[in-house]
Amino acid sequence: MADIPLLSPDLAKAASSSDEAPLYLPRKQIYPQAVKGRFRTIKWMVLAITLGIYYFLPFIRWDRGPHAPDQAILVDLANSRFYFFFIEIWPQEVYYITGLLILASLTLFLMNAVAGRVWCGYLCPQTVWTDLFYAVERLIEGDRRERIRNAKQKLTLALAVRKGLKHFIWLMIAWWTGGAWVLYFADAPSLVRDLATFQAPALAYMWIGILTCTTYTLAGWMREQVCTYMCPWPRIQAALTDEYALNVTYRYDRGEPRGSMKKNETLKLQGLPAGDCIDCDQCVAVCPTGVDIRKGLQLDCIQCGLCIDACNTVMEKINRPLNLIAYDTDMNVQARMEGRPEVHRVVRPRTLFYAGIIALVGTIIITSLAIRQNIYLSVMHDRNPLFVRLSDGSVRNGFTIRVANKHLDERHYVVDVEGVPDLKLDVVGGKLDQQGRPVLSVGPDQTLEARVLVTASQVDLSTSADLHFTLTDLASGEAARAADHFKAP
Amino acid sequence: MAHENHEQVDALTGIATTGHSWDDIQELNNPLPRWWLWSFYATIVWAVVYCVFYPAWPLVSSYTKGMFGWQSREAIVQDLDTLKAQRAGMTAQLAQNSLEHIRQNPDLFAFARAQGKASFGDNCAPCHGAGGGGAKGYPNLNDDDWLWGGSLDEVEQTVRFGARSTSDNGHQGSMPAFGRDGMLHREEISHVADFVRSLSGLPTETSAHLAEGGKVFADNCAGCHGDKGQGNKELGAPNLSDKIWLFGSSKSVIMEGLTNGRGGVMPAWHGRLDDTTIKALTLYVHSLSGNQHP
Repeated sequence: MADIPLLSPDLAKAASSSDEAPLYLPRKQIYPQAVKGRFRTIKWMVLAITLGIYYFLPFIRWDRGPHAPDQAILVDLANSRFYFFFIEIWPQEVYYITGLLILASLTLFLMNAVAGRVWCGYLCPQTVWTDLFYAVERLIEGDRRERIRNAKQKLTLALAVRKGLKHFIWLMIAWWTGGAWVLYFADAPSLVRDLATFQAPALAYMWIGILTCTTYTLAGWMREQVCTYMCPWPRIQAALTDEYALNVTYRYDRGEPRGSMKKNETLKLQGLPAGDCIDCDQCVAVCPTGVDIRKGLQLDCIQCGLCIDACNTVMEKINRPLNLIAYDTDMNVQARMEGRPEVHRVVRPRTLFYAGIIALVGTIIITSLAIRQNIYLSVMHDRNPLFVRLSDGSVRNGFTIRVANKHLDERHYVVDVEGVPDLKLDVVGGKLDQQGRPVLSVGPDQTLEARVLVTASQVDLSTSADLHFTLTDLASGEAARAADHFKAP
Repeated sequence: MAHENHEQVDALTGIATTGHSWDDIQELNNPLPRWWLWSFYATIVWAVVYCVFYPAWPLVSSYTKGMFGWQSREAIVQDLDTLKAQRAGMTAQLAQNSLEHIRQNPDLFAFARAQGKASFGDNCAPCHGAGGGGAKGYPNLNDDDWLWGGSLDEVEQTVRFGARSTSDNGHQGSMPAFGRDGMLHREEISHVADFVRSLSGLPTETSAHLAEGGKVFADNCAGCHGDKGQGNKELGAPNLSDKIWLFGSSKSVIMEGLTNGRGGVMPAWHGRLDDTTIKALTLYVHSLSGNQHP
């Protein structure tokens, strides 16, 4: 019974040989080979710079005076403040972070429109840490051939020691990664001291533990699987790219038909077509995700350019022109094959659009940062009662005002209100200055809530009138305004 | 279902079949992903461990307590104790210092008002309204008219012992039922009601007998409300010459009060709330109406 095929043999064969790959392939262990070249150098430099920034940034100091921390970058969750060098952000200004995220994603899109998955190949933390972990592995267990050989042989004591050492170093790096993370949330030098003397809060140890685990697992064990199966960016990226974007491309117009050096030399002499690719598989050997770039653009390829370095090394040795694999476009490969001129168009509507929005959002953020006020006033009308009739017939409204003093010293603010004739202003708990104006004193980098009573002695009032509150800094004259309403019977 | 069929691979999909075949329809063998399966087993283990350590299973009259003996009620009590410990310093200062001293100290004053506001919502809002706006018969605490006095000490006295309450120290004195008890005739009540309206400048009917009303007022009302109806805080007699009316200013409402009397009750909170809470409430209520009565 079970022998009956579901389709005719021909059809079944056609279907199974189609390019529909299964959704999940069993994992193939990858042993990337060491490589030297231009893109490898760039990757080392990016690795050094990005990890250097990540691990050491929390130790940079920035003097803000006695009332604020002196750490250049600090996410102060307890006091809900974010410090970035000369910028201090309060929770209600979280839109700056939103703006930053918009900028980040648009920069990602622009990079993608110009040169494909630059992010994946060079900048992504997954790539950077995996690269570092591979470097450790290579240092201890040897290069590709040795590692493949080791994987096939039985575990000896010497090998076990080396593997153990590798995992130990991996865990140390992972632990340092988690350790650096928590330093962004507290004063770095004192937290390091507390961590070392086991006096740091449990939460800090917990976060270090979590990030040690994720770093060790993601960069040590999961590696390219993260890029291929977990990360959404390759899918989104494919939808955002176009035919002009540069990609790591195997120039099949030059490379095919591939064949061994000897065979292709013979073919050439016979006047038959012969490509430059000698099928040495070096591009595959160095690939950190194990793809064959000669199959064209593919989702697993993170476009790190290491195959370019590998191929160029070989091309140099056999005296053939470089850049058989290079940053190029499929469109141009096709064009060369058909004898048409190449098209390079970095400046095009897509890139202009991204650049334009980046410029716009950047300008908005910088402008609003530059002109933002250091004092802030918010006013909330009493909801119950909306108004009160006093014994002499006048009408009073109660408000709760909140004053935010973003200055790093104590400031004194004069409260004023206008909008209805003959208003009387009382600030509960406020003091009066020499001219009899109510003054609120707010501590450095703090907010103050106060109850404000506004009384109108005029009898014929409209049921609702606009009311304008003004807060003036006695020292600098800086003013903040807020609007509300005066309600009457 | 012969065993040799087990490894059979479906031609179309390239997936092995289970070997099951019903009406020539074969079942593909797509086992659960390993990570999923192990996660599932892990949740089962977790559930068992959880049941051992934490309360889990309902029994007839009780439940399994778990080895940790954890209780949500205890967790709340612990949180509340932590909160109390955190506030202990400020609470002690609230207890030690005078109302006026607290009012002058911005930090203490803010603390007292916050605590007072919470306590007001719990205890006072049902009658006086969430913001102390009052209602008919329940005084508005935001205005400048105080039946029993609006100074800090007077407000504290009223909060602590109440008015016409069960406490011996509470304010006493109420508006007699002049009509119901036969002290005044209906005409006299009508005349005096018109007179009372005229005291605060409210319009009266042209036919009103203000002179008669004034005479009745002087004989019966002035004792408590004063010659000019200015009120008396010792007796809780309202000021009749201002714009604030606890029950309303219409003639019929005034006549109703004259006929049946008035005597709203403010409970005594002494003994029901602790001293610091009463202090905090006092400062909060006092701040509602502004700071013109220290």
